[in-house]
Amino acid sequence: MIDLTPTVLAPALPRAARRSLFNRLLRNPVGLGTMLFLALLVLSAVFAPLLAPHDPNSSSIQDVLGGPADGHPLGFDSSGRDVFSRLIFAGRFSLAGAALALIIALVIGVTGGLIAGYYGKWFDSVSSWLTGLLMALPGIVVLLAARSVLGPSMWLSMMIFGVLLSPAFFRLVYASVTAVRNELYVDAARVAGLGDSRIIGKHILTVVRAPVIIQSAMVLGIAIAIQAGLDFLGLGDQSIPTWGTMLNDGFRQIYKEPMLILWPSAVIALTCVALTLLANAMRDELERSGKAKRRRRPPLRPADVNKTAAVFHAEDLSSSGRTGEVLLEVQDLAIGYDQPDGTVKTVVHDVSLTVRRGEVHGLIGESGSGKTQTAWSILRLLPDGGRVTGGSIFFEGSDLALASEKEMTKIRGKKIAYIPQEPMSNLDSAFTIGSQLVEPMRVCLGLSKKDATKRALELLARVGIPNPERTFAAYPHEVSGGMAQRVLIAGAVSCDPDLLIADEPTTALDVTVQAEVLDLLRELQSELNMGVVLVTHNFGVVADLCDRVSVMRDGRVIETGPVRAIFNEAKHPYTQSLLAAILEDGEARGDLDEGNSARAAATALTTPSISDTIGAQS
Amino acid sequence: MTELLLDVQNVVVEYPIKGFRKEPFQALKGVSLDIRPGETVGLVGESGSGKTTLGRAVLGLAPVTGGQIVYRGQDIAHLGRRERKALSSEIQVVFQDPYTSLNPSLTIEQILVEPLTVRKVAKKDASKRVLDLLDQVGLPSNAADRLPREFSGGQRQRIAIARALALDPRLIVCDEPVSALDLSTQARVLDLFKEIQERTGVAYLFVSHDLAVVRHLSHRVAVMYHGEIVEWGAGDQVTSDPVHPYTQKLFLAAPVPDPDRQEQRRAVRQRLVLEQERADAQAGAA
Repeated sequence: MIDLTPTVLAPALPRAARRSLFNRLLRNPVGLGTMLFLALLVLSAVFAPLLAPHDPNSSSIQDVLGGPADGHPLGFDSSGRDVFSRLIFAGRFSLAGAALALIIALVIGVTGGLIAGYYGKWFDSVSSWLTGLLMALPGIVVLLAARSVLGPSMWLSMMIFGVLLSPAFFRLVYASVTAVRNELYVDAARVAGLGDSRIIGKHILTVVRAPVIIQSAMVLGIAIAIQAGLDFLGLGDQSIPTWGTMLNDGFRQIYKEPMLILWPSAVIALTCVALTLLANAMRDELERSGKAKRRRRPPLRPADVNKTAAVFHAEDLSSSGRTGEVLLEVQDLAIGYDQPDGTVKTVVHDVSLTVRRGEVHGLIGESGSGKTQTAWSILRLLPDGGRVTGGSIFFEGSDLALASEKEMTKIRGKKIAYIPQEPMSNLDSAFTIGSQLVEPMRVCLGLSKKDATKRALELLARVGIPNPERTFAAYPHEVSGGMAQRVLIAGAVSCDPDLLIADEPTTALDVTVQAEVLDLLRELQSELNMGVVLVTHNFGVVADLCDRVSVMRDGRVIETGPVRAIFNEAKHPYTQSLLAAILEDGEARGDLDEGNSARAAATALTTPSISDTIGAQS
Repeated sequence: MTELLLDVQNVVVEYPIKGFRKEPFQALKGVSLDIRPGETVGLVGESGSGKTTLGRAVLGLAPVTGGQIVYRGQDIAHLGRRERKALSSEIQVVFQDPYTSLNPSLTIEQILVEPLTVRKVAKKDASKRVLDLLDQVGLPSNAADRLPREFSGGQRQRIAIARALALDPRLIVCDEPVSALDLSTQARVLDLFKEIQERTGVAYLFVSHDLAVVRHLSHRVAVMYHGEIVEWGAGDQVTSDPVHPYTQKLFLAAPVPDPDRQEQRRAVRQRLVLEQERADAQAGAA
């Protein structure tokens, strides 16, 4: 049967998060302004013959360097041509030249990057080599050489410049494509029978699109500047008006008519600034949605927080024997995260738990239940923005919730140790395992390097590593996940802690390795007589190791008691539902029943084609 | 004996290792199993055992260098792209990670329509089919125009199941489809798998590291270790009374959610480990 509970969907995201990039840019003041300016520029270039009051190339001797006159708002240049008309017409050539460079760069770079990134093989190595070569070439020198061979053509030099710019796109596209190529959704599309062109068009281009557009705006600005630079040096085609040639003319007349250089430089500067600002605005808009995209946590369930009081179970036969001193006493703990708008979002409410010496206290719950937050708060290692907003954490007579960072540094590692979930990401790949064990011991226990090394080797042997010397000298990537977890356990117990916080210590491990690590934890715990807070989502691990259990949900402890009481007499409906969801000891499916299988075979083998199915269902 | 849906015979998968004249890495060393129509075959093993590779070989995503994969009488181990495309309505997949198996920038409708467009289904029919698929996996119809990030892990896995069902396949390769899910969500998604199978007669190759999950769903179970199948038989027998020493070790390593029985199981496991070590030592000394 299909349970209907999971059909409760989170409220739809605000439309803002889903609007297209263009629509979002319209609401961004910088984006809107720059887009308006650029649109105006392009339109004026396109409609130059209609807008310009005069022919840009007709000169009149008597108006040479003449000031603004009727119908000539910006005056005349050194050949007596109308500056305003030339400025508008120059836009045509300058923008078209830059666009040509951009298109060439896009075509070469994007297709090359797509093919190299998606198919790889020989094309990948050849094109990577070529890109490297192109990037090593000094652009201006190549353009100068081309001009001396091919003559002063603006179009030719812009095409060559486009080729020189193509690595910018190649590398960008290549990097994005290799990142997505092995995503599972691309595999799923392949299994669905999609051809390569469709996969590239649908799944890969969507990823590449945004960065390419941003890069295009930057590249266009560069192309305009380079083109103007070439013409300014007098290396361009003097027969067509461009902003660069106007700049050249103005520069020559700078003492006679200083205003002449102002207009082309102003247009060039404004265009380049607008393009850069537009690229920045696009990046800002995309990153804003990117943050929400990267959020991996499932959306919060609607507020069905059960406010009923937690269920407490009395001590039973096996737990009443545990009368060690109380190590850790957490009372009414609340943890909150500061929000950008100044409010505090509380993720853990009124959590109380007690850990005695020699006792393992399990915190069990599903993702988002606050179990890991609670464990981290004991170490005062909450992520940025998180803090204890209420209650107390008493450890050896002092309240850790109020302790200074300096006091915490003395307690962490020495008195309270920590075992993380992901062993690999908690070892620094740049240092040998040995050095990562020795350093903390020298700091915490004040041992000499020789003594610390000796103790580290003893500890590695103690946690069951077959060849301690070799592991001591190895780097983290040279050992397996199970070995890495043993190393971290050795590190955690190296300073004889009183309390051990283990955050899902076996979740990332294979089940046979998990059993060995659990054995090790149990032995060390009784040997060192530590208190342990064990965070887990696995009831098997709880049954194996824990003396006392607290079940958490939505940031609250909903049931707590000795381990047997929780398993055998769970009272809270949520605990009962969790226990009911356990599959261990469940009924096996049994063999495929012959009668059933015949029926199944019949249905399976006569399944109509997809079009029939759809026809029948519609 | 009913006709076999899938017959995997001595399949070898090798991945080349970088470097001149290096021996390739054998991910599968001659694996054989078969699946009947409407059956669930569970494939259990630890990381690196080759269980995922076998699933990918059936899907045509891993390089098969030896043996045959016979699907309804046809060897599909070395198909070209076009022939493979024809198989897409027959064999489908549900991946482990519901977060990366759905393209984050497409809406649910676009995701579900994708396999249909390959079949050239008309747009109107495709939209209807999407609603029908969402209904089959227990999601409301207003899910269609949302993005994957608006869904929880369990809901995303339902969407992935809907995508696999879109073409009415006869076989779905499920690669750890519930390992990333919370306990209660896991149970519900497994029930959905079962319910769909009973309704449509689809067969599953169900890859998982979790014996309990496999036991819950599988008619027959194969246990993999280092690229080989070490035990293969009826689900109940393999998951509760295994014969091969590795399966026994695997079985005893999984903790039981009951403190007293777990204590007994732990003792049995530790005794078995000691015995095996002693046997190994004797074998080494001899």
